Amino acid sequence: MEKEKQEKSNEKPDLDKVVEASRRDFIRRLSIAGAVSVTGAAALYSGHSFEKAKHNKGMVKVLTEDNRLVEIPADQIKDLKPDVKALKARGKEGLQGKKWVMVIDLSRCRNARKCVEACQSAHHLRPYEYHINTLVMKESANTPEYFMPKPCQHCDNPPCVSVCPVDATYKRQDGIVLIDNERCIGCRFCMAACPYSARMFHWQEPSQAENDKEKTYDVELNVPQKKGTISKCLFSADRIREGLLPYCVSACPNGVFYFGDENEDAVTNGTTKETVMLSELLEKNAGYRLHVELGTNPRVYYLPPKNRLFEFERGPEKEYREETI
Amino acid sequence: MNEIRFSSPEEQVKLDSVAADVLRNVRISKGFIIWMGFLLLALAACLFAYIIQLREGLGVTGLRDATSWGMYIANFVFFVATSLVGMLISAVLGLIGYSWVKPISRIAEIIAIAFAAVAGLVIISDMGRPDRFPFLFRFGRIQSPILWDVTVVTTYLVLSLLLWFFPLIPDLAISKNRLQGRPAFLAKIYEVLSLRWEHHESQYRILTQAMRILLILIIPTAFAIHTVTSWLFAVTPRTGWDSTIFGPYFLSGAFVSGTAAVIIAMYFFRVNYKLEKYLTPFHFEKMGRVLILVSIVYIYFNLNEFLVPGYKLKTGDAIHLRELFTGHYAMLFWSVQLAGLVIPVILLLIKQMRKPLPMLIIAIFVLAASWFKRYIIVVPGQGHPNLPIQNVPVEWVVYKPTLIETAITMASILLVLIIITVLSKLFPVIPIWEMAEDGHDKEKLPGNE
Repeated sequence: MEKEKQEKSNEKPDLDKVVEASRRDFIRRLSIAGAVSVTGAAALYSGHSFEKAKHNKGMVKVLTEDNRLVEIPADQIKDLKPDVKALKARGKEGLQGKKWVMVIDLSRCRNARKCVEACQSAHHLRPYEYHINTLVMKESANTPEYFMPKPCQHCDNPPCVSVCPVDATYKRQDGIVLIDNERCIGCRFCMAACPYSARMFHWQEPSQAENDKEKTYDVELNVPQKKGTISKCLFSADRIREGLLPYCVSACPNGVFYFGDENEDAVTNGTTKETVMLSELLEKNAGYRLHVELGTNPRVYYLPPKNRLFEFERGPEKEYREETI
Repeated sequence: MNEIRFSSPEEQVKLDSVAADVLRNVRISKGFIIWMGFLLLALAACLFAYIIQLREGLGVTGLRDATSWGMYIANFVFFVATSLVGMLISAVLGLIGYSWVKPISRIAEIIAIAFAAVAGLVIISDMGRPDRFPFLFRFGRIQSPILWDVTVVTTYLVLSLLLWFFPLIPDLAISKNRLQGRPAFLAKIYEVLSLRWEHHESQYRILTQAMRILLILIIPTAFAIHTVTSWLFAVTPRTGWDSTIFGPYFLSGAFVSGTAAVIIAMYFFRVNYKLEKYLTPFHFEKMGRVLILVSIVYIYFNLNEFLVPGYKLKTGDAIHLRELFTGHYAMLFWSVQLAGLVIPVILLLIKQMRKPLPMLIIAIFVLAASWFKRYIIVVPGQGHPNLPIQNVPVEWVVYKPTLIETAITMASILLVLIIITVLSKLFPVIPIWEMAEDGHDKEKLPGNE
């Protein structure tokens, strides 16, 4: 009980952050809606309708996209969902002042694969299509086997982005590498270039294509997924915009994942919700990154699998069958 | 001032005889119709496979996340490679002053045009979203080697077309009145395309100058197209592709496959078009020597490409080389290297082997091996990524091309044959005016001992 309370109190600063982020987000959304309404209003901003509107009681203050406070008639406000264009614009920019970073503690991973499942359900993937995959690793004959969750490394010098011929995959200022599935031509040069095999291709119609037909494409979620294009881990860009932790991070039952902002030097564990200093975590546990010799500068850190909490158990081998094409 | 070439009676006689020989083949014969009918029918069948791919997605191929580039890309590299021979024959050998290339140069250009033109289509067949091909022009990013490739392949195709067309203009003018018994539309086409050529010396001077400019321009362009194609692989950090000599390695290999293709075409035209007077054993002898030279250069780059990483045996290289030398690809690898490269060179060193028929057989081996060589470069490089491939269906681990994929690749080869057939059957395949000028007697050819 005592412990639980402590954990709760640990959550507090995190909650504040969440609240603050969602407030900011609210304003941003309001401004998008505002901008759209202002455009709509401008069309009617003449003669009769204007006069009529003026006599109506309701004028509403709206913050426009360029941060102006304007007043428009209440009856001219239309609720608009952000359209593809707006989603793409914000998806291109990312969250200002942030540098997202992930830490994966290998000493805690026992291959529960909850991260994989949560990710696949959020991004509408098949059981053998991965944004994150848990691999069995073994460095050499005399070293032990261990499990390693492997998301996209969101490199600061991403080879995939360099080779993309149409700017479909790009690096945001908050560190995330995203893909625009409405731009991707399906050449798979990025797959060839990625040294971490982080990318997947939709060789066939995505599993939920039928259900997702009506959905507005969100570049921060890659849903609806699109046949003939690339998909990959997005650091759950849609979730962090809401002030939440990524799908895989929250789904892990074993406290493997930390996620946070390098600029704040703080990462939060997805299971315990404990927030710790990134630099300290890496220093105390000898954090490292994969294939630094390639100069890719990954944003995902690993803590070595020492003093493991669990015995290494491979578990029953699962057979994956491709859905017939 | 405006002298007219081929005005003297002897010149006229010579011209008549060459034109008669060459134009004998320019007609829509029964054989042509049957052959084209066969090609088009086969193409239609193969295009049906492409329609299936368009509908179902690239999943109908054997490609999956682990090996995401396969037969299509290998075929693309092969096509770009083979097209380079246009530059080798016309520009390199031509500019050096070897006049024996004259009867071969147009054949080489036709091969260059056919392979370069279809290479672009091959790349589209590999795209997940071919409908977005225009995006390359709308949103193209200059830092991506794909953009460089699109640019230089297009440039090379245009230059090759011009190199084929310019020396054809006088031939069209010579031929347009000698097409009795052929469909009227052919004479019409010749009339239009001959651009009112009147054999004035000044016209020939302009032609020579234009050709010289083109021949110089095409050398860097040809170097660029295959170097850039090699960079599609070499700019990635993958074992087996991560090589600094990929540019020259690809380029030297390109000359091997191109030379073999030209030898095969020469044999075909010599026998089927009855052009024994123009494509003589002497020309085969010369082309045999060219093939030896380019093959030895290629062997040299192969040595570098395999011996240096093989000596160090870095982890990734060790796995890659083991797969090639003794593993899954060993059979293919050694067949390609020995039957397609080393043994042909040894055989060609024997004079008897540089006769037309033995050359044809050797060239077929070399050309087929060149295709598989590209496969060996493209596919095994993806089999062993830095991080293991796990938790996927079995068919995702090892790449096996499917029937549909093979049919679509066949379609590209059929298209090449169609282009070659049309260009060589409807237009003179040997430059008439150049042959009439120089004489085709081999005694007169410089460089002949």
